[in-house]
Amino acid sequence: MLHTPSTEAQACAVVASIVAARVPLAIRGGGTRTGLGRPDNAVSTLSSAGLTGITLYEPAEMVIGARAGTPLKLIEETLAERGQMLPFEPMDHRAVLGTEGEPTIGAVAAGNISGPRRINAGAARDSLIGVRLINGRGELVKSGGRVMKNVTGLDLVKLVAGSFGTLGFLTEVTFRVLPRPERVVTLIWEGLSDEAAVTLLSAALGSPFEPMAAAHLPGGIGADEARTLLRLENFTASVGYRAAELARLLKRHGRPELVEGRASETLWREVRDAAVFAGTQEAVWRLSLAPSHGPRATAAIARAVPGARWFYDWGGGLIWLAVPAEGDAGAAAIRAALKPLGGHATLVRAPDAVRASVPVFEPLAEPLMRVSAGIKKSFDPAGVFEPGRMYAGV
Amino acid sequence: MSAIAFPAPDAGILARRDAILAGLSALVAPDALITSEDERRPYETDALTAYRRMPLAVVLPSTTQEVAAVLRYCAEAGVPVVPRGAGTSLAGGAIPQEDAVVIGVSKMNRILEIDYANRIARVQAGVTNLAVTGAVSADGFFYAPDPSSQLACSIGGNIGMNSGGAHCLKYGVTTNNVLGVTLVMLDGSIVDIGGGHLDAPGYDLLGLIVGSEGQLGIVTEATVRILRQAEGARPVLFGFPTSVEAGAAVAAIIGAGIIPVAMEFMDKPAIEICEAFAHAGYPMDCGALLIIEVEGSEAEMDAQLARIVAIAREHGVGTVKESRSAMETAAIWKGRKSAFGATGRIADYICMDGTIPTGQLPFVLERMDEIVKGYGLRVANVFHAGDGNLHPLILYNCNDPDEAQKAEQAGNDILKLCVEVGGCLTGEHGVGIEKRDLMTVQFNEADLHQQMRVRAVFDPRWLLNPAKVFPLEGRIAA
Repeated sequence: MLHTPSTEAQACAVVASIVAARVPLAIRGGGTRTGLGRPDNAVSTLSSAGLTGITLYEPAEMVIGARAGTPLKLIEETLAERGQMLPFEPMDHRAVLGTEGEPTIGAVAAGNISGPRRINAGAARDSLIGVRLINGRGELVKSGGRVMKNVTGLDLVKLVAGSFGTLGFLTEVTFRVLPRPERVVTLIWEGLSDEAAVTLLSAALGSPFEPMAAAHLPGGIGADEARTLLRLENFTASVGYRAAELARLLKRHGRPELVEGRASETLWREVRDAAVFAGTQEAVWRLSLAPSHGPRATAAIARAVPGARWFYDWGGGLIWLAVPAEGDAGAAAIRAALKPLGGHATLVRAPDAVRASVPVFEPLAEPLMRVSAGIKKSFDPAGVFEPGRMYAGV
Repeated sequence: MSAIAFPAPDAGILARRDAILAGLSALVAPDALITSEDERRPYETDALTAYRRMPLAVVLPSTTQEVAAVLRYCAEAGVPVVPRGAGTSLAGGAIPQEDAVVIGVSKMNRILEIDYANRIARVQAGVTNLAVTGAVSADGFFYAPDPSSQLACSIGGNIGMNSGGAHCLKYGVTTNNVLGVTLVMLDGSIVDIGGGHLDAPGYDLLGLIVGSEGQLGIVTEATVRILRQAEGARPVLFGFPTSVEAGAAVAAIIGAGIIPVAMEFMDKPAIEICEAFAHAGYPMDCGALLIIEVEGSEAEMDAQLARIVAIAREHGVGTVKESRSAMETAAIWKGRKSAFGATGRIADYICMDGTIPTGQLPFVLERMDEIVKGYGLRVANVFHAGDGNLHPLILYNCNDPDEAQKAEQAGNDILKLCVEVGGCLTGEHGVGIEKRDLMTVQFNEADLHQQMRVRAVFDPRWLLNPAKVFPLEGRIAA
């Protein structure tokens, strides 16, 4: 059964009835990220489609608030009209998951959905300053606010960001925003090995020239030649100066090509959305680790999982990995490769049967698992919200 | 001052003191356990000195394992624990209670690892904030959060209170700059949350721990981000005729899409106090001062400054004075960062910490002045204007109980005003005991119950820093 409340009061009533009936409930925004997480057994769906509209936009205070079902597109267009943007460049999952629909701002918060700018401007969780949600008691709970330094008491906003609907039904979210840069350029070096590329990215990120995004696409990923990308954003004059300084600093890696405008935007959209893995039969993983360990992790995985392909974002600290969707989709080998290096792996795309049998999110140490189950219970004592989407029992 | 209540000490615990001390002495080195009254005295308060409580004992462990052993012991014995960093909390977050054991992390003060390739440092919780920057500055790096107390305050305390500082307009506060912690939980289990990577699997427990004011466990180590220093930085002094014009200029600068790395506000009383102390060269003929720092490439600084100056002129700025040397820059920041200490030389004060939408600055500045005058007191304002984080210093005489009480009342009125205009009770000092009883102004019962239920996952018996954050009335078990 599909519930589409159009007010918070209606949503509270729906949740109360669901809790009374103990019916597993799926939470749905635009439906573009269904399939992210473990397969659900939900028999009812609570949609945010009836809760739309921007509730607060103060460009002078760099803050925007909207009901959870508001299309992300509307948020981005509204901000662009005033020369602003979301700081964290949220990924669009439609390409890699093969889904349709319109991503919502609520789902961006619930999934802590970020992109290449994460290395410099933080993740969605760093810009999410306020939430209103309905917990599993049918109560409206608010946390944070509309000011940047928003935390008073325990920071429930952070818990909700990235909880994938398992803690409650978001009705409204508030984000801080940033001015759009005057000029954006991308520097591209060609033909580097993974190790050389991550060394380059690390040197750039440790320089004062402030790259806002740093990625490496090995040969065969979107082009024959390997490409190493750095993006600069700033006042026009500053971008030109910094591009020259970076080229000088990194000259032992060769001379970079400089692109801007649509060519630069397209390139980064493909990185952000892992678009190179769209429409294939492979399983897709997302690995998060210390950047300098990236090439070692992929080398170990390549030895253990024939056919693995990958690229790096976040200066090497985020690896998008595609492997044949067979057996455990490489889960054991991938997690074994990460074990000595630190970090974790998330199975973003795989057939339901694989996602049901393989932990989609990295298994947690026992005390943390216990705490996570406790937090779930504190929000959702009856266990109705997206049960098991992140972990069995959570 | 005595308006803020503490829970009545548990007589049973007080009666068992000798046995508890014996139990603790078996767990840590002899010099790590402080029991005599004289030696406990420095731990009876923090920077909210109007309140003092002598703790049962103080333990200063040297290792995570010792912290775990002491916590497990206290949990089993049912003894409350008050975690302590450097004891610089302005909100009373580290003030103990008579039936509690203080666990201080001051001996755990080593920098464990610096990793420039990954731009992280791993440090023990007792390392001071400034020591992190000190360890990496020769190589051109820094740790971004920079509270005024950074010379003394510890990373553990910064994590407890989600501390900020003057430069968080660009770089964020503690929660945006910590990637991992080692946390000792109440039952003594030791867990690593996060690490050298940018996100952790599962719920964002790291985000929950930061700012939890020692109620969920004790952080003994942290992995923090270190950043490369900008190419250059230039603080500029802008003297305005009155606070209202300066406040309006702040709102206009942010509104124009300009984000200077720092934008600090001082009103006339604060300027006079700080200039007398630091000889920073602040203009004395103005009613309010903005210290605006721009950083980056020369081109970036020039572009930003030109726009800022134009906006300031529209708002009637009198003096515009750019720093011309590293010495001038140091003096400008010394004046600002010593504001609290310098104020303390001329009067007793309570330092408030509320946050408001920046558009409300002119209104709130006027209203605060009225509030404090209404109590017959004086206020000096020095704060982070760019993010609307106010720090009014309410001046009073602590030997006059009537004045002390009025100062506290004025502070409460100001915090309520912050919430009324859409802000928060706290920006970067935490709730502690100071704002505990005002939590119901910002949150309703459902909000607070949800927070308390999350708290109960870690500490169902209210043993960890139990006098803080949540009003004593209306607490729930789980």
